[in-house]
Amino acid sequence: MSAPGKTNPPASGFAIEVEGIECRYGDRVVLEGVSFAVKRGEIFFIIGGSGCGKSTLLRNIVGLNQPPKGAVRYFGRDFTHAGTAERKALLRTFGVLYQSGALWSSMTVRENVALPLELYTGLSRRERDELVGLKLAQVGLSGYEDYYPAEISGGMKKRAGLARALALDPAVVFFDEPSAGLDPITSLKLDDLIRQVRDTLGTTIVVVSHELASIFGIADRVIMLDRDVRGIIAEGDPRTLEQKTGDVRVREFLNRRLEPVGQEKGAPA
Amino acid sequence: MSQTASQARVEATLEGDLLQVRVGGDWQIMEDRPLWSEALGGGQPVRARIVADGLGAWDSSLAMYIQEARVWASAHGSELAIDGMPDGVLKLVDLLAQKPGRPTGRAAGLPDPFTPVGLATVTLWREIKDIAQLVGESAYSMGRFFRGQAQFRWRDCLSEMQQCGAMGLPIVGLISFLVGVTMAYTGSLVVRQYGGDIWLADMVGLAVVREMGPMMAAVVLAGRTGAAFAATLGNMKANEEIDALQTLGVSPVDFLVMPRMTALFFMMPLLALYSDCMGMLGGMAIAAAPPMNIPPSLYWAETKTIVDLSDINTGLLKAATFGLLIGLAGCLRGLQADRSAAGVGEAATRAVVTSILLIVITDAVYAVIFNVLGW
Repeated sequence: MSAPGKTNPPASGFAIEVEGIECRYGDRVVLEGVSFAVKRGEIFFIIGGSGCGKSTLLRNIVGLNQPPKGAVRYFGRDFTHAGTAERKALLRTFGVLYQSGALWSSMTVRENVALPLELYTGLSRRERDELVGLKLAQVGLSGYEDYYPAEISGGMKKRAGLARALALDPAVVFFDEPSAGLDPITSLKLDDLIRQVRDTLGTTIVVVSHELASIFGIADRVIMLDRDVRGIIAEGDPRTLEQKTGDVRVREFLNRRLEPVGQEKGAPA
Repeated sequence: MSQTASQARVEATLEGDLLQVRVGGDWQIMEDRPLWSEALGGGQPVRARIVADGLGAWDSSLAMYIQEARVWASAHGSELAIDGMPDGVLKLVDLLAQKPGRPTGRAAGLPDPFTPVGLATVTLWREIKDIAQLVGESAYSMGRFFRGQAQFRWRDCLSEMQQCGAMGLPIVGLISFLVGVTMAYTGSLVVRQYGGDIWLADMVGLAVVREMGPMMAAVVLAGRTGAAFAATLGNMKANEEIDALQTLGVSPVDFLVMPRMTALFFMMPLLALYSDCMGMLGGMAIAAAPPMNIPPSLYWAETKTIVDLSDINTGLLKAATFGLLIGLAGCLRGLQADRSAAGVGEAATRAVVTSILLIVITDAVYAVIFNVLGW
């Protein structure tokens, strides 16, 4: 990773910094003035109920939506206001695993994982194939190189998607609801894989999720978003968050139990 | 031991000013059920009492019956007592009686004539912006392509060429041949009246090469390939595959749209030439048949007297333009598709309609241009 230029603020210890971001879904403002930072090498979860804006926030951070206000910085380098070349360079520092894997359906697993290598490295075909084999082995999908996405199961698609996200050895990997549609054991294995990736490669991990099992399983730190507040209502280690916070919404979420007194009369999800 | 299902039954007896209604049997929503009005029997008792007596299985139909009774009671100021009913029935009746919750914000009622016109205008304006945006991005993409910087894969382009070009030959051939036949047949009815049988060759030849050849090939391709592009891209959008390209720093226009437009740009003129030949063959077939009996060699010689290279060139220029338009429309509709099952189908339909619209408009524009230029 090249050092930031003179006009950028000095390299901070944070992998991602989000400052005063406003996120919209169509015309509706979903989040306002949200700020947080993700440390290098940590497993960071963005959690909250349905409709709280987790996925919209993710889309804004990875550049699929342009936030009308606020900024996102990767390793101290501004991403939101960057020019085309800088933006492209920063895109290569992170990978994304989409909810259903988002594998390109007209290409085999090998071609999917190899595309980033084809586009951004000067490796020969043989070298690319070797790397593809390595990445698939890392995610436990060896031998499935020549299968098409339609021929493999949901869990396998996610693994293939992860292999693709890891193709360029990014410094950050984003996961959008990784446990969605997975049975508890497959979900557990995926969580283990995520932890392994962080432990062996030092990758910073950001997960958008509402799976309590994963949150308590692998998260180092979480932020919890709320639909009505349109911002963060809690931040910290999920295991101690419940004791630290007096917020009933946080307690209800983490304990998966509605509290009888002063129950929220929110709109049905 | 299974119980035979017994019919829902109601026994209503009037005891002074009190109507006793005994409800029993199995009440099932899919069977006929008694109505409260039957129990009243035309009378308007001051008090009424519904009591369960030998009640078997029950469901919402029983709740509806009791609700009917309640509505009657409140309308006529009568007292209604309900005894011996299972708790579940009363809970259901309460839910039935509840007024609808907070308004959903969707107003019912007939639309006025102005709102749809306004909405359509706004939609049309957005359409024009979307098309302009895609045209602009394609132009940038082409610029990158010629500078060697585009993320364009030739293997994708060649694959599309095979799909739309080579695999389109049978259907384009068939349609063009039949169009030639039809034109020749209808035309022959006219020319034969003036003894000008041979000029059928001129008519069919010119019409096919300048108009029908490119047009028929374009319409077939709009249906085949335009719809396919829209469906493919629409599905990719629903599956987040386009997002996956964007977060990889790949321009979807470079990677998906340009290969397709390029493929059509090269294949359409070839298909148009092929379509010209098939159309003229169709004309030749009708001319060779009785009653005209014009030998093919004579037909061909006559065709060559009027059809020249400039006619063929204008046809090919049109065809290349049509190809670009079909690619544009197909990809645009695909990228605009709704992320739902119906959305992809709708995108395919819109792709075909937009393609054909653009083709016909462009054809008219070219007719004027060529007329002015004298081509």
